[in-house]
Amino acid sequence: MVVAPAEQAVAQYALRLGDDALVLGQRLCEWCACAPILEEDIAIANVGLDYFGRARMALQYAGSLLGKSEDELAFLRDANAFTNLLMVELPIGDFAFSMVRHYLLDEFETLFFAQLARSEDATLAAIAAKSNKEVAYHLRRSREWMRRLALGTGESRQRTQRAVDELWGYVDELFAMDELEQSLAAQGIAVDRATLKASWHQQVTELFAELAIELPGQDWQVSGGRQGVHTEHLGRMLSEMQFLQRAYPGLEW
Amino acid sequence: MAAQDLLAVIPQARYELDRRRRQSANAELWQLLDQVKDPEVPVLSIWELGVLQDVAVTDNGTVQVTLTPTYSGCPALTMMAETVTETLRANGHPQVEVVTQLAPAWTTDWLTADAREKLRGYGVAPPGAVRCPQCNSTDVQLISEFGSTACKALYRCGACLEPFDHFKAL
Repeated sequence: MVVAPAEQAVAQYALRLGDDALVLGQRLCEWCACAPILEEDIAIANVGLDYFGRARMALQYAGSLLGKSEDELAFLRDANAFTNLLMVELPIGDFAFSMVRHYLLDEFETLFFAQLARSEDATLAAIAAKSNKEVAYHLRRSREWMRRLALGTGESRQRTQRAVDELWGYVDELFAMDELEQSLAAQGIAVDRATLKASWHQQVTELFAELAIELPGQDWQVSGGRQGVHTEHLGRMLSEMQFLQRAYPGLEW
Repeated sequence: MAAQDLLAVIPQARYELDRRRRQSANAELWQLLDQVKDPEVPVLSIWELGVLQDVAVTDNGTVQVTLTPTYSGCPALTMMAETVTETLRANGHPQVEVVTQLAPAWTTDWLTADAREKLRGYGVAPPGAVRCPQCNSTDVQLISEFGSTACKALYRCGACLEPFDHFKAL
C-alpha cells in the first residue's frame, strides 16, 4: 500500500500517541492483583483500561492510514519500531514510583489533550476530546496520591522523593519536538509540546512546594523513544505482552 | 407545555439526540433497540444511556447502527454491539452494520431523567451531587475514584454506612 506523505505523517503521529498509551496501559495493569489495597487494585486497572481504549483509537486510526490492523501494530512490531516516550516503558518500581510517573504524565496530558482537541485533524481531535475527559479523573486521583505519599510516613515520603529524582531526567522528552511534529503543528494538526512546558512546570512546582518535595537538578536528560531507541525494559515488556500473537499468529479471543 | 418550558426539562445536550430519533423514518428499529441493555447496568437501555446515536437503513437494506463509547476503553461496547446485531437479526434484519463514532464525546448529560431514577433504584447514585441511593443522605465519603467499572466511583454513606457506586459525571 502506497501511503501519501501527508497521511504518512499523521499516521506516524497517531502511532506515537497510541504507543504511549499502550505501553503505559500495560505497565499499569501489572499492578492488578498486587496493588497496596483492593480499591487501588480496581482503580489502577480501570485507569489502565482508559489507556487501552485510547491506544486502540489511536492505533486503529494509524492502521487505517497505513493499511494495517490495530493488532498487527500492537503485537507484531519489535521494540525498535515502537515510538513511545521512554518514561512510560520504565518498570513499575514501587507504588510511589508508579504514582509519581502517573502524576507527572497526568499534568502533561491535561494540557496536551486540551490542545489536541482543537486539532485540524477531526479524528485526532475526537480522540483527544474523549481522552481529555478521562485524564481529569486520572489527575484528581494521582494528585491525591501525591499528597498521601509525600505527607504520609517517613518511608513513603522518602520513596516519593526518590521516584521524583529518578524520573526527572525523562521529563524533557515530553516536550521535545522533532521535524515531524513541528511540521504537523505548523498545519494545526499536532500540538506544539514545547509551548506546554512552562504551564506544566508551574503546576508541578506548586504541588511540590506544597508537599515540600525537592525539585531535582537538571543534570541529566535522556530521549530516543520517538526514534525507536529504547531502554532494555521495553523488549522484556513486549516479550510478555506479545507472546500470544507471536506463538499463535492470528489468534482471536 | 410551552416550547420554552420543554427546554428546561430536556437537557440541552440530549436535545439533538432526541430530535434525531423523533425525526427518524425508522421508528420501529429504534424501538427494537430499546431492548438492548448496558451489560454493566442492566436497568438502562443503550438509548437511555446515550450510547445509541443513530439508526439508518442504507440503499441495499443494511441497518446501520451508530454507537458511541462511554469511556474509551469500555469493554461493554463490544457486547452492546453484538447484542444490537443479534436483536436486529432475530427480528428480520439480517444485514447489520455497527459503526463506532467518537465525536461528540459521550457525556453523562445524555442520560435521560428516567435513566437517572433507574440508576438510583438500582443502587447507583446518578451523576451530579452525590446522595446515598439507599437512604438519600448527603453525608457521603469518597473511597476510590474508580469503582466496579471505569464509569463509577466508590463511596460510603455516613448515615446508613452502606458502600455504593456513584456514576461519575463525564
